[in-house]
Amino acid sequence: MMTALGILWYVLICVLMIGYFVLDGFDLGVGVLYPFIAKDEKSKGVLRRAIGPVWDGNEVWLLTAGGALFAAFAPAYATSFSGFYLAIMLVLFGLILRAVSVEFRAHETSNLALWDALFFIGSLLPALLFGVAVGNVVEGLPLNANGDYTGSFFALLNPFALLCGVLGLVTMLTQGASWLSLKAELGSELRAKAAALRGKLSLVSVVVFLIVTVMFFAGVQPGASYEVGSMELGCAGAAIYLVAMCVMQFACKPENDKKDLVAHLLVSLSAAALIIVLGATLFPNLIPALDPALSINIANAASSDTALTAMTIIACIGVPIMLVYHVIVYRTFRGRIS
Amino acid sequence: MDAVLLARIQFAATALYHYLFVPLSVGFGLVLAVLLTKAYKSGDPHDEALADFWVRLFTGTFAVGVATGITMEFSFGTNWADYSRFVGDIFGAPLAAEALFAFFLESSFLGILLFGKKKVGRKAYMVSGWLVWFGSCLSCLWIIIANSWMQTPAGYTVESTSAGSKAVLTDFFAAALNFSTLQRFCHVVLALLITGALVAIAVAAYYKLKGRNEEFGHKLLKTGFIIAVVCTVLMMPAAHQQAAEVAEQQPAKLAAMEGQWESGPAEMSFFGWVDEASGTTVTVGIPGLTSWLASGSFDTVYPGLNDFGPDYYTGNVNAIYQSYHIMLYMYGIVIIVLILSALVLAGKVKGKWALRIMLFGWLASLLAIEFGWLVAELGRQPWIVYGELLTADATSLAVTPVMLVITLLLFLVIYVMIYFFWLRASFRIIKKGPEAYLPANNDEEVQK
Repeated sequence: MMTALGILWYVLICVLMIGYFVLDGFDLGVGVLYPFIAKDEKSKGVLRRAIGPVWDGNEVWLLTAGGALFAAFAPAYATSFSGFYLAIMLVLFGLILRAVSVEFRAHETSNLALWDALFFIGSLLPALLFGVAVGNVVEGLPLNANGDYTGSFFALLNPFALLCGVLGLVTMLTQGASWLSLKAELGSELRAKAAALRGKLSLVSVVVFLIVTVMFFAGVQPGASYEVGSMELGCAGAAIYLVAMCVMQFACKPENDKKDLVAHLLVSLSAAALIIVLGATLFPNLIPALDPALSINIANAASSDTALTAMTIIACIGVPIMLVYHVIVYRTFRGRIS
Repeated sequence: MDAVLLARIQFAATALYHYLFVPLSVGFGLVLAVLLTKAYKSGDPHDEALADFWVRLFTGTFAVGVATGITMEFSFGTNWADYSRFVGDIFGAPLAAEALFAFFLESSFLGILLFGKKKVGRKAYMVSGWLVWFGSCLSCLWIIIANSWMQTPAGYTVESTSAGSKAVLTDFFAAALNFSTLQRFCHVVLALLITGALVAIAVAAYYKLKGRNEEFGHKLLKTGFIIAVVCTVLMMPAAHQQAAEVAEQQPAKLAAMEGQWESGPAEMSFFGWVDEASGTTVTVGIPGLTSWLASGSFDTVYPGLNDFGPDYYTGNVNAIYQSYHIMLYMYGIVIIVLILSALVLAGKVKGKWALRIMLFGWLASLLAIEFGWLVAELGRQPWIVYGELLTADATSLAVTPVMLVITLLLFLVIYVMIYFFWLRASFRIIKKGPEAYLPANNDEEVQK
């Protein structure tokens, strides 16, 4: 039976994923752009300082989303994390190496090339693999009665899933470029490069999104074990995504640095819209199985109402406080880096 | 090797490794907050430099602690899927709450400590230090809640569903407090604070040994000493409470800690050896002392290992026995280091030998913590949730031994590399010393 609290937590987990995608998306994007856009020590420093005070907090959204998934839909957490075992481990190693590379670079100046390489790889792995995982979930997974994934690691690397990975990566790159154009010094070469990239990457993102959509309706959905949860909401999400990307493209020209904040907000909105599309597509499933009887959904995976009530109270207290922290940090470090 | 054992080895290795940094993060945090407060109050550039120096030492350690902590949160889903399915109703909430209440607090104000000194006021900067430390303590609280529920579960019922049985929450506060959260929280946090303060003592001893930074060394020694003494004294009742709780809730663990096979008054042994094959323990100790510590009477009878059927027989008895005793020896070393620190502070001992011993107090404390966790976790086997779910029934069936071996090797390579660079970076910061953070015009004066 699907309870109201179960639905609420499905929505809240989508909200946490939006928070993660919007925030950590840009700093992962900056990490992947790092070797390509920053050639000298000075601009590298600007990139690091652009995300330095915030990346850690942004990453906490992932831990919160993971914890919330565990608390609210434990079977979905167990199946996805164990089913995508090697992929999750690669993400984990990426996140670890990224975190230490940022920190050690300041003290270990004899190994700059190593830390730069780890920062790049550590950003690339999560930025790419999150999308691959989502793509596999959308396709539906081979599960057994215990809920365990029965396929192989290499089966996860199929064309649709990989393309979803590319969509996630390119969107994060767009976010990264737009964050950099917002933070780099006015009139600097770095800002010009980042703003130009922002425009180009958003176009690539839109093209990849359209291909993913076509593949979904032509290849994935006809054979899928589930119906699209809410076509209306999915279309609305897709529309928001496309409109936001197009408005950004036409209203925020790379040479106009007054529109950098607007551009970043629009790019963030489009990233959020992708999660709306995802949530609307899967609802009420969390992890569709190839055999629909084994699918993990709100009805069979939600925690008890007692647990979800406790979680809701925790969220009502914790989320406003956490948002205050974000306001403090982003206000403290607002403005361009000189 | 079978998947269960490999999964256990992986969890033990990554958790023990993570715990090399947790005590330093939480312990450094309090030292940091105190140093920042001193600097704020005095406005003395030397106090400021000392605080800045400690910020650098703290943030490097903290970053590794955070990074290796992600492993732990992921591991329940990746390696312990059936455990997660069983406990999700209860165990997930503290993890989510930890991220929400603690991690956001820590990460936000850590950003301010690292990058915000010129952007926020002096008072706000000092408060940021306290908030980061407070956040790290909150983080401990939620994790101890989660772990304590596994040790002494409460506030739940077990329901069977189509996909197997699972624990269902009936009372949030009963589950959160259960029978051991408070005792274990006090025991753990005090140990973390002692370790951090002992690092301050070790750094101060290093400066005194090298005959440099006399003023900084003295200030650091005093701060570290006060924190360490207060926490080490408080540790005695805290450890006592914890032992009493174990005696009551997990008597099989207590029996293994003292290697007691037959029921009777529990001995407190100084050292010994357990032969599990023959079911005997050779010890030198005081009979009945553990009974007295746990219950107030030398005659209180506790069950021996032979009284527990295979369901509660922990196995690994010698490992538990030795780990418990190593923890106690290490605590003894900590007390010796603190006595030496007091004598050095008072100027009663001038020899370098005392300073050399003080360099290693933190290591003893760290080892005590690691071995303490081994006692806690080995001592509840074969259960992962005590009395409810067997460890053998808790792993991820989708994960093969080959995958576990691959990731275990990757962890080994990456973690060893991280430890090497962390150690080198920390030593560099310490060698450079607080004087590097003094305003430029004061440089010459200090170098003399």
